[in-house]
Amino acid sequence: MVATIESAEEDAVGQQGHDESALLEVEGLSTYFFTRDGVVRAVDDVSFSVAAGETVAVVGESGCGKSVTSLSIMGLLQTPPARIVSGHIKLQGRDLLTLPESEMRKVRGNEISMIFQEPMTSLNPVLTIGRQIGETLVLHEGLSEKEAESRAVELLRLVNIPEAERRVREYPHQLSGGMRQRVMIAMALACQPKLLVADEPTTALDVTIQAQILELMSDLKQKTGSAIIFITHDLGVVAEMAERVVVMYAGKKVEEAPVVDLFERPRHPYTAGLLDSVLKLGSSSGERGKRRLNEIPGTVPSLKDEIVGCPFAPRCSYATDYCRTDAPVLEEKAPEHFAACFHSDQLAEQEN
Amino acid sequence: MFSYIVQRLLATIPVMGVVALVVFSLLYFSPGDPATIIAGDMASEEDVREIREQMGLDQPYFVRFGTWIGGVLQGDLGTSIFTNRPVADLIMQRLEPTVALTVSTMIVAVALAVPLGIIAAWKAGTAIDRIVMGFAVLGFSVPVFVIAYTLILIFSVWLEVLPVQGYVSITEGFLPFVQHLILPSLALGAVFAALIARITRASMLEVLSQDYVRTAKSKGLNQKEVLLRHALKNAAVPIVTIIGIGVALLIGGVVITETVFAIPGLGRLTVDAILRRDYPIIQGVILLFSFVYVFINLLVDVSYCFFDPRIRY
Ligand SMILES: Nc1ncnc2c1ncn2[C@@H]1O[C@H](COP(=O)(O)OP(=O)(O)OP(=O)(O)O)[C@@H](O)[C@H]1O
Ligand code: SF4
Ligand SMILES: [Mg+2]
Repeated sequence: MVATIESAEEDAVGQQGHDESALLEVEGLSTYFFTRDGVVRAVDDVSFSVAAGETVAVVGESGCGKSVTSLSIMGLLQTPPARIVSGHIKLQGRDLLTLPESEMRKVRGNEISMIFQEPMTSLNPVLTIGRQIGETLVLHEGLSEKEAESRAVELLRLVNIPEAERRVREYPHQLSGGMRQRVMIAMALACQPKLLVADEPTTALDVTIQAQILELMSDLKQKTGSAIIFITHDLGVVAEMAERVVVMYAGKKVEEAPVVDLFERPRHPYTAGLLDSVLKLGSSSGERGKRRLNEIPGTVPSLKDEIVGCPFAPRCSYATDYCRTDAPVLEEKAPEHFAACFHSDQLAEQEN
Repeated sequence: MFSYIVQRLLATIPVMGVVALVVFSLLYFSPGDPATIIAGDMASEEDVREIREQMGLDQPYFVRFGTWIGGVLQGDLGTSIFTNRPVADLIMQRLEPTVALTVSTMIVAVALAVPLGIIAAWKAGTAIDRIVMGFAVLGFSVPVFVIAYTLILIFSVWLEVLPVQGYVSITEGFLPFVQHLILPSLALGAVFAALIARITRASMLEVLSQDYVRTAKSKGLNQKEVLLRHALKNAAVPIVTIIGIGVALLIGGVVITETVFAIPGLGRLTVDAILRRDYPIIQGVILLFSFVYVFINLLVDVSYCFFDPRIRY
């Protein structure tokens, strides 16, 4: 009952998943790239929110706009060619998109921080680990270089790096990929951010290391209480990490649901396809590292052309003529479960 | 680190040996007989042969090389054919103006070019970038003597704020010393600065597109911190390399600059020596320049370790 009242309100303001206690609200975010050969609609009218302490997974195939979404939140897009053409990104009600750059710098690394996909290239090769972790603390918490270094040692211990006192003086090339990603995590958590944006933090790592990093992240989440936006290719990981899932396709949010709901009753054929590919390969967890979400036949449409109808139609086995001319809008198909598909009821029946 | 430097120093010995051999051979095999020049137009064959024997010019190649290199190792670069004074003394006399000129040129060029290159990279594609790079093309393509005469015309003749020519030793007062060096340094430094600015920009541009620069920004660092703390040190290796190469270019430029500005330095000494075929002086100066060049190379190599911890020694 409560859910229906809430959803009625949400419809009135045109938002989904709105929550009074939301830490981050992304509303109608559209980020386009204005390139020489056309406009790339990398993120198109995407909305979602993250509550304090919550982990939200963002999944989708390569090129569907996951990284562009996270860089939009961080305000780290190269302009030009990228431009946020509409929308709001509110952190505790404050719109980050209207903040002056100097204010935004106080948010970055302090209130929101980010872990990148490539641990091998994301650390500066000519500065020591300690310096790179410490400088965030010097910057945002006004610590002295010395204090920052001893905090860096503590942080390295927190992410389970052995011999932290020695490692703190080392350079990134002296560390393995997994260790570097631990350093990235230590760096991101240094100022106890309210929100951590993790853009495929384990994709580049070996399977065993992946599992360790994921365990570390869940562990640290318990300790620090930071909310996490967990971006991944791998639906298999999502079940362990996240409470809620946002599925993106061709720059759009096509489904959003609590994780159990999504796994049990996907409401969008794309999500169902992703889940199928997980189930097919899921038996051997050793495969996880290499597996990408590309087992659905067909390819992601070009984001340069205006897409008519449902962007998934060319690859969708449920597609009807209707799907090819009209674009489905995101609707609440079940409590807290949103999907943009004309035939999601048909899909739900089949799944049952 | 220390053992690396020692090791590198030892490695320069064979290099210097080869340089010495080349310098010696160059003049040994070049046409023109110093004995004939010394003897003068009126001398008989007999006189010339006598002079040749006196100077050891009749000795075989390797004997002459051995004698010469033996002297060099003891600081004896031979005696000027023309003035009959030790080459080492002549070089020492002319050393100060040239050192002053090259050092001030390097300071001017680096101080100008590195910041400009960084700004150009940071503002890549904007008007600022295009203006800086336009100047770089200009500095690179206009000959030293044209820049020199243009500067003299503007600052000495029209504005009358700087002396036209000449050199004042630092021992005679710092201000006149600097005043006399400004124009020559600018003229000589233009090419050098253009080169460094271009490389700095290119190197910074490459670094700025790296993932770790994005990481630095994601921490909330400002532009200055990102550029100077995170990017510049990564971009330093090519920049330092080009500064090293620039020193070699400078040595060529010094000759022209000293001539235009009437600075009594090594460049002038060399030009005069070449005109008179004063072989020992030419050999001495080339050897000195080569030595400086090898030494600068060594410095550059050692500096890599300072900038990039991945480089092992
Ligand atoms: N600098 C750019 N210029 C033009 N288009 C871009 C640029 N950067 C990204 N894009 C486009 O934006 C779209 C979304 O890219 P994004 O990096 O967000 O994908 P992703 O979901 O993170 O993929 P992956 O899983 O491979 O990381 C892609 O189609 C890409 O072509
Ligand atoms: S709207 Fe039609 S084409 Fe699009 S996902 Fe649903 S059934 Fe498939
Ligand atoms: Mg990505």
